[in-house]
Amino acid sequence: MKAAVIVFPGSNCDRDIEVALRQSLGREPQMIWHRETALPALDLIVVPGGFSYGDYLRAGAMAAHSPVMREVVKRAADGVAVLAVCNGFQIATECGLLPGVLLRNASLKFVCRDVHLRVENPYTPFTQQYDDGEVVTIPIAHHDGNYFADAATHQSLLDHDQIAFRYCNRAGALSADANPNGSLDHIAGIFNRDKNVLGLMPHPERAADPALGGNDGRALFDSLVAALS
Amino acid sequence: MKARIHVTLKSGVHDPQGKAIANALKGLGFSGIDAVRQGKYIEIDLAGSDRAAAERTVKDMCAKMLANPVIENYRVDIDAP
Repeated sequence: MKAAVIVFPGSNCDRDIEVALRQSLGREPQMIWHRETALPALDLIVVPGGFSYGDYLRAGAMAAHSPVMREVVKRAADGVAVLAVCNGFQIATECGLLPGVLLRNASLKFVCRDVHLRVENPYTPFTQQYDDGEVVTIPIAHHDGNYFADAATHQSLLDHDQIAFRYCNRAGALSADANPNGSLDHIAGIFNRDKNVLGLMPHPERAADPALGGNDGRALFDSLVAALS
Repeated sequence: MKARIHVTLKSGVHDPQGKAIANALKGLGFSGIDAVRQGKYIEIDLAGSDRAAAERTVKDMCAKMLANPVIENYRVDIDAP
């Protein structure tokens, strides 16, 4: 599997993704600066978290129109896997790779803590090493993670099994106090219809080593390596 | 010419910032506030004098980047040159 991580001015999780990919893949992913317009042959592109372009205008709005994202959108249309984490998820919705939008957290506060997630669709290259309904613990760190889509879009997500993860409590129930940001239907991550693009607010790369306090994110990277190698 | 652009949240989209502003205003003793919705105001100085062309261009800017059509509406006003 050939993997690359896109680096924007203001990305701050690119190196964490690099470490997590190296661990699962056994070799280095390529780091690609946002001004690049020619990408090498790739199986996986990661759009990492951070504050690309300072989150000016709206989170992800500037990065969505950067030269490299035009290439990423083209590659995604060709079937290349795209993993978009946190700010990457915001960028993916802004550039149309994924439906909906990430609004300001309902609490108006930046939320940085571990959350429980329920795996809603383990039948994809991103999630095949999780079990259906498995509850995992992965940290979030964001100010704009409140997923919103209109009713028709939400129904379409349900109809096509596009919901990847939902915020839940330890037992896997969708209790109101387990929703950290006000997201519609507890949505923490979604796929595109073809299941080759995943956007999620939680940070699997921050839970990919027991030394970091958790290892539940590692299966996501292991799934990709197994599916795409 | 100057383009004046108002970007506002569509009705039905939650606006927690607007709600916080409303609560803060009430805390300051202002009464009679039903609701507050927060938006953005953007000014763009434009070369040329073709007002209709400028309006088309700025609306294109709004559709492509300045507003997110999933959650936002926009209004464009062009000042006479």
